[in-house]
Amino acid sequence: MGWVATFFRSSIGSKFLMALTGILLLFFVLGHMTGNLLIFQGAEALNAYAHWLHDHPKFLWTSRIVLLAIFVIHVTTAIRLKLENMAARPVSYVKGRTLKATLASRSMVFTGLLLLAYILFHLLHFTLGVVQKDATGPSGPGGEKDVYAMVVTSFGNPVYAAGYILAIALLWLHLWHGIASFFQTMGWSHPRWTPLFTFLGKALSLLIFLGYVSVPFSVLTGLLKLPAGGN
Amino acid sequence: MKLILHIWRQPGPKAPGRMERFDLDGISEHMSFLEMLDLLNEKLTAEGKEPIAFDSDCREGICGMCSLVINGVPHGPEKGTTVCQLHMRHFRDGQEIWIEPWRAKPFPIVKDLVVDRSSMDRVMAAGGYVSVNAGSAPDANSVLVGKDTAEQAFEAAACIGCGACVAACKNASGMLFVAAKVSHLGLLPQGREERMRRVRRMVEAMDQEGFGNCTNQYECEATCPKEIPVAFIARMNRDFLKAALFSS
Repeated sequence: MGWVATFFRSSIGSKFLMALTGILLLFFVLGHMTGNLLIFQGAEALNAYAHWLHDHPKFLWTSRIVLLAIFVIHVTTAIRLKLENMAARPVSYVKGRTLKATLASRSMVFTGLLLLAYILFHLLHFTLGVVQKDATGPSGPGGEKDVYAMVVTSFGNPVYAAGYILAIALLWLHLWHGIASFFQTMGWSHPRWTPLFTFLGKALSLLIFLGYVSVPFSVLTGLLKLPAGGN
Repeated sequence: MKLILHIWRQPGPKAPGRMERFDLDGISEHMSFLEMLDLLNEKLTAEGKEPIAFDSDCREGICGMCSLVINGVPHGPEKGTTVCQLHMRHFRDGQEIWIEPWRAKPFPIVKDLVVDRSSMDRVMAAGGYVSVNAGSAPDANSVLVGKDTAEQAFEAAACIGCGACVAACKNASGMLFVAAKVSHLGLLPQGREERMRRVRRMVEAMDQEGFGNCTNQYECEATCPKEIPVAFIARMNRDFLKAALFSS
Protein backbone atom coordinates (compact mmCIF):
# COMPACT_ATOMS: atom_id res chain seq x y z
CA MET A 1 0.00 0.00 0.00
CA GLY A 2 3.07 2.22 0.03
CA TRP A 3 2.24 3.44 -3.46
CA VAL A 4 -1.08 4.85 -2.25
CA ALA A 5 0.64 7.10 0.31
CA THR A 6 3.31 8.08 -2.22
CA PHE A 7 0.61 8.90 -4.75
CA PHE A 8 -1.45 11.08 -2.44
CA ARG A 9 1.60 12.93 -1.13
CA SER A 10 2.74 13.89 -4.64
CA SER A 11 1.63 17.19 -6.12
CA ILE A 12 -0.75 15.56 -8.62
CA GLY A 13 -2.00 12.99 -6.12
CA SER A 14 -2.86 15.84 -3.73
CA LYS A 15 -4.83 17.46 -6.55
CA PHE A 16 -6.87 14.27 -6.92
CA LEU A 17 -7.41 14.20 -3.16
CA MET A 18 -8.74 17.77 -3.19
CA ALA A 19 -10.94 17.13 -6.23
CA LEU A 20 -12.41 13.84 -4.99
CA THR A 21 -13.12 14.99 -1.43
CA GLY A 22 -14.41 18.26 -2.88
CA ILE A 23 -16.91 16.52 -5.15
CA LEU A 24 -18.09 14.27 -2.29
CA LEU A 25 -18.65 17.39 -0.18
CA LEU A 26 -20.59 18.85 -3.11
CA PHE A 27 -22.91 15.82 -2.99
CA PHE A 28 -23.45 16.50 0.70
CA VAL A 29 -24.15 20.17 -0.04
CA LEU A 30 -26.77 19.10 -2.62
CA GLY A 31 -28.32 16.55 -0.23
CA HIS A 32 -28.45 19.07 2.60
CA MET A 33 -30.05 21.61 0.28
CA THR A 34 -32.72 19.12 -0.83
CA GLY A 35 -33.54 18.52 2.83
CA ASN A 36 -33.72 22.25 3.53
CA LEU A 37 -36.07 22.86 0.61
CA LEU A 38 -38.63 20.52 2.19
CA ILE A 39 -39.49 23.54 4.33
CA PHE A 40 -41.51 24.86 1.38
CA GLN A 41 -43.75 21.77 1.61
CA GLY A 42 -44.67 22.80 5.12
CA ALA A 43 -43.72 22.06 8.70
CA GLU A 44 -44.80 18.40 8.59
CA ALA A 45 -42.61 17.50 5.61
CA LEU A 46 -39.47 19.08 7.11
CA ASN A 47 -40.07 17.68 10.59
CA ALA A 48 -40.86 14.22 9.23
CA TYR A 49 -37.53 14.23 7.37
CA ALA A 50 -35.63 15.41 10.47
CA HIS A 51 -37.31 12.79 12.66
CA TRP A 52 -36.68 10.07 10.11
CA LEU A 53 -32.94 10.87 10.28
CA HIS A 54 -32.96 10.74 14.07
CA ASP A 55 -34.92 7.48 14.04
CA HIS A 56 -32.08 5.89 12.03
CA PRO A 57 -29.07 6.55 14.24
CA LYS A 58 -26.86 3.97 12.46
CA PHE A 59 -27.38 5.66 9.12
CA LEU A 60 -27.08 9.14 10.63
CA TRP A 61 -23.86 8.45 12.53
CA THR A 62 -22.22 6.53 9.68
CA SER A 63 -22.95 9.48 7.39
CA ARG A 64 -21.65 11.94 9.96
CA ILE A 65 -18.39 10.06 10.52
CA VAL A 66 -17.74 9.56 6.78
CA LEU A 67 -18.55 13.22 6.14
CA LEU A 68 -16.22 14.34 8.93
CA ALA A 69 -13.39 12.18 7.55
CA ILE A 70 -13.85 13.62 4.03
CA PHE A 71 -14.02 17.12 5.46
CA VAL A 72 -10.84 16.69 7.53
CA ILE A 73 -8.93 15.33 4.50
CA HIS A 74 -10.15 18.23 2.34
CA VAL A 75 -9.16 20.88 4.89
CA THR A 76 -5.82 19.43 6.01
CA THR A 77 -4.70 18.76 2.42
CA ALA A 78 -5.66 22.31 1.46
CA ILE A 79 -3.61 23.76 4.31
CA ARG A 80 -0.61 21.54 3.50
CA LEU A 81 -0.75 22.59 -0.18
CA LYS A 82 -1.13 26.28 0.70
CA LEU A 83 1.97 26.13 2.93
CA GLU A 84 3.93 24.36 0.17
CA ASN A 85 2.77 26.95 -2.36
CA MET A 86 3.81 29.82 -0.13
CA ALA A 87 7.21 28.21 0.37
CA ALA A 88 7.58 27.84 -3.41
CA ARG A 89 7.62 31.63 -3.79
CA PRO A 90 9.58 32.99 -0.81
CA VAL A 91 9.96 36.49 -2.34
CA SER A 92 6.86 37.92 -3.96
CA TYR A 93 6.75 40.30 -6.90
CA VAL A 94 7.02 44.02 -6.25
CA LYS A 95 4.57 44.55 -9.09
CA GLY A 96 2.26 41.54 -9.29
CA ARG A 97 -0.41 41.14 -11.93
CA THR A 98 -3.20 38.68 -12.64
CA LEU A 99 -4.21 37.82 -16.20
CA LYS A 100 -6.62 34.92 -16.01
CA ALA A 101 -7.08 33.76 -12.42
CA THR A 102 -10.48 34.69 -10.97
CA LEU A 103 -11.38 36.15 -7.58
CA ALA A 104 -12.91 32.75 -6.79
CA SER A 105 -9.79 30.77 -7.70
CA ARG A 106 -7.44 33.11 -5.86
CA SER A 107 -9.48 33.09 -2.66
CA MET A 108 -10.11 29.32 -2.33
CA VAL A 109 -8.14 29.02 0.91
CA PHE A 110 -9.76 32.11 2.44
CA THR A 111 -13.33 31.18 1.46
CA GLY A 112 -12.57 27.63 2.61
CA LEU A 113 -11.31 28.68 6.04
CA LEU A 114 -14.16 31.16 6.53
CA LEU A 115 -16.61 28.38 5.60
CA LEU A 116 -14.92 26.08 8.12
CA ALA A 117 -15.42 28.73 10.82
CA TYR A 118 -19.05 29.20 9.80
CA ILE A 119 -19.73 25.45 9.73
CA LEU A 120 -18.48 25.15 13.32
CA PHE A 121 -20.82 27.98 14.31
CA HIS A 122 -23.66 26.41 12.29
CA LEU A 123 -23.25 23.11 14.17
CA LEU A 124 -23.29 24.91 17.52
CA HIS A 125 -26.32 26.87 16.38
CA PHE A 126 -28.64 24.29 14.81
CA THR A 127 -27.26 20.82 15.58
CA LEU A 128 -26.19 21.35 19.19
CA GLY A 129 -28.54 24.28 19.83
CA VAL A 130 -26.27 26.12 22.22
CA VAL A 131 -26.15 29.52 20.50
CA GLN A 132 -29.74 30.69 20.35
CA LYS A 133 -31.29 28.47 23.04
CA ASP A 134 -34.79 29.97 22.93
CA ALA A 135 -35.13 29.30 19.19
CA THR A 136 -33.32 25.98 18.80
CA GLY A 137 -34.28 23.98 21.89
CA PRO A 138 -36.59 20.91 21.80
CA SER A 139 -40.27 21.71 21.62
CA GLY A 140 -42.07 18.53 20.48
CA PRO A 141 -44.17 16.41 22.82
CA GLY A 142 -41.47 13.73 23.12
CA GLY A 143 -38.69 16.30 23.53
CA GLU A 144 -37.99 16.17 19.79
CA LYS A 145 -37.08 19.30 17.90
CA ASP A 146 -39.62 21.23 15.86
CA VAL A 147 -37.14 21.93 13.08
CA TYR A 148 -39.58 24.11 11.16
CA ALA A 149 -40.16 26.40 14.16
CA MET A 150 -36.43 26.42 14.88
CA VAL A 151 -35.55 27.59 11.36
CA VAL A 152 -38.29 30.20 11.17
CA THR A 153 -37.50 31.63 14.61
CA SER A 154 -33.73 31.69 14.02
CA PHE A 155 -33.89 33.34 10.63
CA GLY A 156 -36.49 35.75 11.98
CA ASN A 157 -33.47 37.39 13.59
CA PRO A 158 -31.87 39.38 10.73
CA VAL A 159 -28.38 38.99 12.22
CA TYR A 160 -28.46 35.19 12.02
CA ALA A 161 -30.09 35.33 8.59
CA ALA A 162 -27.46 37.77 7.26
CA GLY A 163 -24.60 35.65 8.64
CA TYR A 164 -26.07 32.58 6.94
CA ILE A 165 -26.54 34.36 3.61
CA LEU A 166 -22.96 35.63 3.76
CA ALA A 167 -21.64 32.11 4.42
CA ILE A 168 -23.64 30.74 1.49
CA ALA A 169 -22.22 33.50 -0.72
CA LEU A 170 -18.73 32.28 0.28
CA LEU A 171 -19.79 28.74 -0.63
CA TRP A 172 -20.95 30.04 -4.02
CA LEU A 173 -17.53 31.62 -4.64
CA HIS A 174 -15.75 28.45 -3.48
CA LEU A 175 -17.80 26.23 -5.79
CA TRP A 176 -17.58 28.68 -8.70
CA HIS A 177 -13.93 27.63 -9.03
CA GLY A 178 -14.17 24.23 -7.33
CA ILE A 179 -16.67 22.40 -9.53
CA ALA A 180 -15.13 23.42 -12.87
CA SER A 181 -11.68 22.70 -11.43
CA PHE A 182 -12.71 19.13 -10.59
CA PHE A 183 -12.91 18.19 -14.27
CA GLN A 184 -9.46 19.60 -15.11
CA THR A 185 -7.87 17.78 -12.17
CA MET A 186 -9.48 14.47 -13.10
CA GLY A 187 -8.00 14.95 -16.53
CA TRP A 188 -11.39 15.26 -18.21
CA SER A 189 -10.40 18.01 -20.56
CA HIS A 190 -11.67 18.22 -24.11
CA PRO A 191 -12.07 21.24 -26.39
CA ARG A 192 -15.74 20.38 -26.93
CA TRP A 193 -16.72 19.50 -23.35
CA THR A 194 -14.54 21.68 -21.10
CA PRO A 195 -16.42 24.96 -21.80
CA LEU A 196 -19.71 23.15 -21.12
CA PHE A 197 -18.46 21.59 -17.85
CA THR A 198 -17.12 24.98 -16.74
CA PHE A 199 -20.44 26.65 -17.52
CA LEU A 200 -22.45 23.92 -15.78
CA GLY A 201 -20.18 24.11 -12.72
CA LYS A 202 -20.74 27.83 -12.39
CA ALA A 203 -24.47 27.45 -13.00
CA LEU A 204 -24.69 24.73 -10.34
CA SER A 205 -22.83 26.90 -7.82
CA LEU A 206 -25.35 29.69 -8.46
CA LEU A 207 -28.28 27.27 -8.10
CA ILE A 208 -26.87 26.08 -4.78
CA PHE A 209 -26.58 29.68 -3.61
CA LEU A 210 -30.20 30.41 -4.60
CA GLY A 211 -31.47 27.16 -3.10
CA TYR A 212 -29.90 27.75 0.30
CA VAL A 213 -30.61 31.47 0.46
CA SER A 214 -34.28 30.96 -0.46
CA VAL A 215 -34.96 29.75 3.11
CA PRO A 216 -33.75 32.79 5.15
CA PHE A 217 -35.04 35.05 2.36
CA SER A 218 -38.52 33.56 2.65
CA VAL A 219 -38.47 33.89 6.44
CA LEU A 220 -37.33 37.52 6.29
CA THR A 221 -39.97 38.41 3.71
CA GLY A 222 -42.71 36.61 5.62
CA LEU A 223 -43.33 33.84 3.06
CA LEU A 224 -42.52 31.27 5.73
CA LYS A 225 -44.00 31.92 9.17
CA LEU A 226 -44.89 30.10 12.34
CA PRO A 227 -48.36 28.54 12.39
CA ALA A 228 -50.95 30.76 14.10
CA GLY A 229 -51.19 29.99 17.78
CA GLY A 230 -47.74 28.35 17.80
CA ASN A 231 -44.78 29.53 19.84
CA MET B 1 11.35 57.51 -26.41
CA LYS B 2 12.04 58.14 -22.76
CA LEU B 3 11.27 55.62 -20.01
CA ILE B 4 11.38 55.40 -16.23
CA LEU B 5 12.70 51.95 -15.34
CA HIS B 6 12.51 50.25 -11.95
CA ILE B 7 14.86 47.28 -12.06
CA TRP B 8 15.60 44.58 -9.45
CA ARG B 9 19.25 44.78 -8.39
CA GLN B 10 20.82 42.01 -6.35
CA PRO B 11 24.63 41.64 -6.24
CA GLY B 12 24.61 37.90 -5.53
CA PRO B 13 22.52 34.84 -4.58
CA LYS B 14 22.59 35.53 -0.85
CA ALA B 15 22.76 39.33 -0.95
CA PRO B 16 19.63 41.37 -0.29
CA GLY B 17 18.03 42.94 -3.37
CA ARG B 18 16.00 46.07 -4.07
CA MET B 19 14.38 47.99 -6.91
CA GLU B 20 16.56 50.69 -8.45
CA ARG B 21 15.26 53.54 -10.62
CA PHE B 22 16.83 54.48 -13.97
CA ASP B 23 15.71 57.25 -16.32
CA LEU B 24 16.61 56.26 -19.88
CA ASP B 25 16.38 58.52 -22.90
CA GLY B 26 17.05 57.97 -26.60
CA ILE B 27 15.15 54.69 -26.99
CA SER B 28 13.97 53.83 -30.50
CA GLU B 29 10.52 52.25 -30.77
CA HIS B 30 12.03 49.67 -33.14
CA MET B 31 14.34 48.33 -30.44
CA SER B 32 13.54 45.07 -28.76
CA PHE B 33 13.17 45.14 -24.98
CA LEU B 34 16.60 43.55 -24.60
CA GLU B 35 18.20 46.10 -26.95
CA MET B 36 16.71 48.78 -24.72
CA LEU B 37 18.47 47.14 -21.75
CA ASP B 38 21.69 46.92 -23.83
CA LEU B 39 21.42 50.68 -24.32
CA LEU B 40 21.02 51.19 -20.58
CA ASN B 41 24.01 48.94 -19.89
CA GLU B 42 26.21 50.86 -22.38
CA LYS B 43 25.25 54.03 -20.57
CA LEU B 44 25.97 52.50 -17.15
CA THR B 45 29.34 51.12 -18.36
CA ALA B 46 30.33 54.52 -19.78
CA GLU B 47 29.47 56.07 -16.41
CA GLY B 48 31.68 53.48 -14.70
CA LYS B 49 28.70 51.78 -13.01
CA GLU B 50 27.90 48.08 -12.78
CA PRO B 51 25.72 47.03 -15.76
CA ILE B 52 22.50 45.10 -15.15
CA ALA B 53 22.84 41.33 -15.43
CA PHE B 54 20.09 39.67 -17.49
CA ASP B 55 19.84 36.45 -19.52
CA SER B 56 19.54 36.27 -23.29
CA ASP B 57 20.87 34.10 -26.07
CA CYS B 58 19.22 33.60 -29.47
CA ARG B 59 17.11 36.78 -29.40
CA GLU B 60 14.71 35.19 -31.87
CA GLY B 61 12.22 33.66 -29.46
CA ILE B 62 13.30 30.03 -29.57
CA CYS B 63 15.99 29.42 -26.96
CA GLY B 64 14.02 30.17 -23.79
CA MET B 65 16.88 32.05 -22.16
CA CYS B 66 15.34 35.51 -21.71
CA SER B 67 13.39 35.74 -18.51
CA LEU B 68 12.08 39.10 -17.35
CA VAL B 69 8.88 39.89 -15.52
CA ILE B 70 7.70 43.20 -16.98
CA ASN B 71 5.02 45.06 -15.01
CA GLY B 72 4.05 41.82 -13.30
CA VAL B 73 3.82 39.69 -16.44
CA PRO B 74 6.54 37.21 -17.45
CA HIS B 75 7.81 38.12 -20.96
CA GLY B 76 5.78 41.34 -20.83
CA PRO B 77 2.42 42.53 -22.09
CA GLU B 78 2.36 41.02 -25.62
CA LYS B 79 0.61 37.63 -25.88
CA GLY B 80 2.65 34.69 -27.18
CA THR B 81 5.92 36.62 -27.22
CA THR B 82 9.29 36.23 -25.50
CA VAL B 83 11.02 39.32 -24.08
CA CYS B 84 13.56 39.33 -26.92
CA GLN B 85 10.74 39.57 -29.47
CA LEU B 86 8.92 42.30 -27.56
CA HIS B 87 9.41 45.71 -29.14
CA MET B 88 9.44 49.13 -27.52
CA ARG B 89 6.57 50.33 -29.73
CA HIS B 90 4.25 48.49 -27.34
CA PHE B 91 5.16 50.98 -24.62
CA ARG B 92 4.26 54.64 -24.23
CA ASP B 93 6.77 57.48 -24.16
CA GLY B 94 7.43 58.38 -20.53
CA GLN B 95 5.95 55.12 -19.21
CA GLU B 96 7.12 53.64 -15.91
CA ILE B 97 8.22 50.01 -16.23
CA TRP B 98 8.98 47.54 -13.45
CA ILE B 99 11.43 44.74 -14.35
CA GLU B 100 11.87 41.77 -12.02
CA PRO B 101 13.41 38.29 -12.23
CA TRP B 102 11.41 34.99 -12.27
CA ARG B 103 10.39 34.47 -8.66
CA ALA B 104 10.28 30.87 -7.44
CA LYS B 105 12.18 28.80 -4.90
CA PRO B 106 13.49 26.39 -7.59
CA PHE B 107 14.86 29.44 -9.50
CA PRO B 108 17.40 31.02 -7.14
CA ILE B 109 18.69 34.44 -8.23
CA VAL B 110 22.28 34.45 -9.47
CA LYS B 111 22.54 38.20 -9.96
CA ASP B 112 20.09 41.04 -10.70
CA LEU B 113 17.65 39.56 -13.23
CA VAL B 114 19.50 36.28 -13.85
CA VAL B 115 18.03 33.14 -12.24
CA ASP B 116 19.38 29.59 -12.11
CA ARG B 117 16.93 27.27 -13.88
CA SER B 118 18.93 24.03 -13.48
CA SER B 119 15.96 22.62 -11.56
CA MET B 120 14.18 22.29 -14.92
CA ASP B 121 17.19 20.48 -16.37
CA ARG B 122 17.07 18.00 -13.50
CA VAL B 123 13.36 17.40 -14.17
CA MET B 124 14.24 16.76 -17.84
CA ALA B 125 17.05 14.40 -16.84
CA ALA B 126 14.55 12.39 -14.80
CA GLY B 127 12.60 11.32 -17.88
CA GLY B 128 12.36 13.96 -20.57
CA TYR B 129 14.01 11.81 -23.19
CA VAL B 130 13.49 8.74 -25.36
CA SER B 131 15.81 5.77 -24.79
CA VAL B 132 16.84 4.36 -28.15
CA ASN B 133 19.57 2.06 -29.30
CA ALA B 134 21.61 4.21 -31.63
CA GLY B 135 21.90 2.64 -35.05
CA SER B 136 21.23 3.59 -38.62
CA ALA B 137 18.33 5.97 -39.21
CA PRO B 138 14.99 4.19 -39.81
CA ASP B 139 13.38 4.41 -43.24
CA ALA B 140 11.20 7.45 -43.69
CA ASN B 141 7.49 6.77 -43.01
CA SER B 142 8.23 3.33 -41.53
CA VAL B 143 6.69 4.56 -38.26
CA LEU B 144 3.30 6.07 -38.96
CA VAL B 145 2.00 9.01 -36.92
CA GLY B 146 -1.49 10.37 -37.45
CA LYS B 147 -1.76 13.99 -38.49
CA ASP B 148 -3.85 14.99 -35.42
CA THR B 149 -1.45 13.27 -33.05
CA ALA B 150 1.55 14.87 -34.72
CA GLU B 151 -0.08 18.31 -34.43
CA GLN B 152 -0.88 17.76 -30.78
CA ALA B 153 2.63 16.53 -29.99
CA PHE B 154 4.05 19.50 -31.84
CA GLU B 155 1.91 21.91 -29.86
CA ALA B 156 3.46 20.52 -26.67
CA ALA B 157 6.93 20.33 -28.20
CA ALA B 158 6.81 24.08 -28.79
CA CYS B 159 7.79 24.50 -25.12
CA ILE B 160 11.17 26.26 -24.95
CA GLY B 161 11.59 25.59 -21.23
CA CYS B 162 11.87 29.27 -20.30
CA GLY B 163 10.02 28.89 -16.99
CA ALA B 164 7.50 31.70 -17.59
CA CYS B 165 4.72 29.32 -16.48
CA VAL B 166 6.43 28.94 -13.10
CA ALA B 167 7.04 32.68 -12.84
CA ALA B 168 3.41 33.46 -13.68
CA CYS B 169 1.81 30.77 -11.51
CA LYS B 170 0.29 32.06 -8.26
CA ASN B 171 1.84 29.00 -6.60
CA ALA B 172 5.12 28.85 -8.57
CA SER B 173 4.09 25.47 -9.96
CA GLY B 174 5.99 23.87 -12.83
CA MET B 175 3.11 21.76 -14.12
CA LEU B 176 2.64 23.34 -17.54
CA PHE B 177 6.33 22.79 -18.32
CA VAL B 178 6.36 19.18 -17.12
CA ALA B 179 2.98 18.50 -18.78
CA ALA B 180 4.28 19.80 -22.11
CA LYS B 181 7.36 17.56 -21.95
CA VAL B 182 5.44 14.49 -20.79
CA SER B 183 2.78 14.96 -23.48
CA HIS B 184 5.12 15.76 -26.35
CA LEU B 185 7.06 12.53 -25.84
CA GLY B 186 4.14 10.39 -24.68
CA LEU B 187 2.03 11.13 -27.74
CA LEU B 188 4.57 9.86 -30.27
CA PRO B 189 5.34 6.19 -30.94
CA GLN B 190 9.02 6.61 -30.10
CA GLY B 191 8.23 7.92 -26.64
CA ARG B 192 5.16 5.85 -25.88
CA GLU B 193 7.07 2.87 -24.48
CA GLU B 194 8.36 4.90 -21.55
CA ARG B 195 5.22 6.98 -21.10
CA MET B 196 4.22 5.69 -17.64
CA ARG B 197 7.71 5.59 -16.19
CA ARG B 198 8.43 9.06 -17.60
CA VAL B 199 5.41 10.76 -16.00
CA ARG B 200 6.12 9.19 -12.61
CA ARG B 201 9.78 10.13 -12.60
CA MET B 202 9.34 13.65 -13.95
CA VAL B 203 6.56 14.49 -11.47
CA GLU B 204 8.66 13.06 -8.64
CA ALA B 205 11.63 15.17 -9.74
CA MET B 206 9.39 18.25 -10.05
CA ASP B 207 8.10 17.76 -6.49
CA GLN B 208 11.63 17.31 -5.15
CA GLU B 209 12.75 20.61 -6.65
CA GLY B 210 10.21 22.50 -4.53
CA PHE B 211 7.86 23.79 -7.22
CA GLY B 212 4.39 24.72 -5.94
CA ASN B 213 1.14 22.90 -6.64
CA CYS B 214 -1.30 23.57 -9.46
CA THR B 215 -4.66 25.05 -8.45
CA ASN B 216 -6.12 25.34 -11.98
CA GLN B 217 -5.93 29.13 -12.23
CA TYR B 218 -4.39 29.05 -15.74
CA GLU B 219 -2.05 32.03 -15.34
CA CYS B 220 0.59 29.80 -17.00
CA GLU B 221 -1.44 29.39 -20.18
CA ALA B 222 -2.07 33.14 -20.31
CA THR B 223 1.66 33.94 -20.14
CA CYS B 224 3.31 31.07 -22.04
CA PRO B 225 5.21 32.61 -24.98
CA LYS B 226 4.39 29.48 -26.98
CA GLU B 227 0.72 29.51 -25.86
CA ILE B 228 0.75 25.92 -24.66
CA PRO B 229 -2.76 25.05 -23.40
CA VAL B 230 -3.53 23.75 -19.90
CA ALA B 231 -5.28 20.78 -21.50
CA PHE B 232 -1.80 19.19 -21.37
CA ILE B 233 -1.88 19.44 -17.56
CA ALA B 234 -5.17 17.51 -17.57
CA ARG B 235 -3.48 14.97 -19.82
CA MET B 236 -0.55 14.66 -17.42
CA ASN B 237 -2.96 14.19 -14.49
CA ARG B 238 -4.58 11.29 -16.41
CA ASP B 239 -1.21 9.76 -17.23
CA PHE B 240 0.02 10.11 -13.66
CA LEU B 241 -3.09 8.40 -12.27
CA LYS B 242 -2.77 5.59 -14.80
CA ALA B 243 0.92 5.20 -13.99
CA ALA B 244 0.23 5.10 -10.24
CA LEU B 245 -2.58 2.56 -10.59
CA PHE B 246 -1.26 0.19 -13.22
CA SER B 247 2.43 0.53 -14.02
CA SER B 248 4.94 -1.57 -12.16
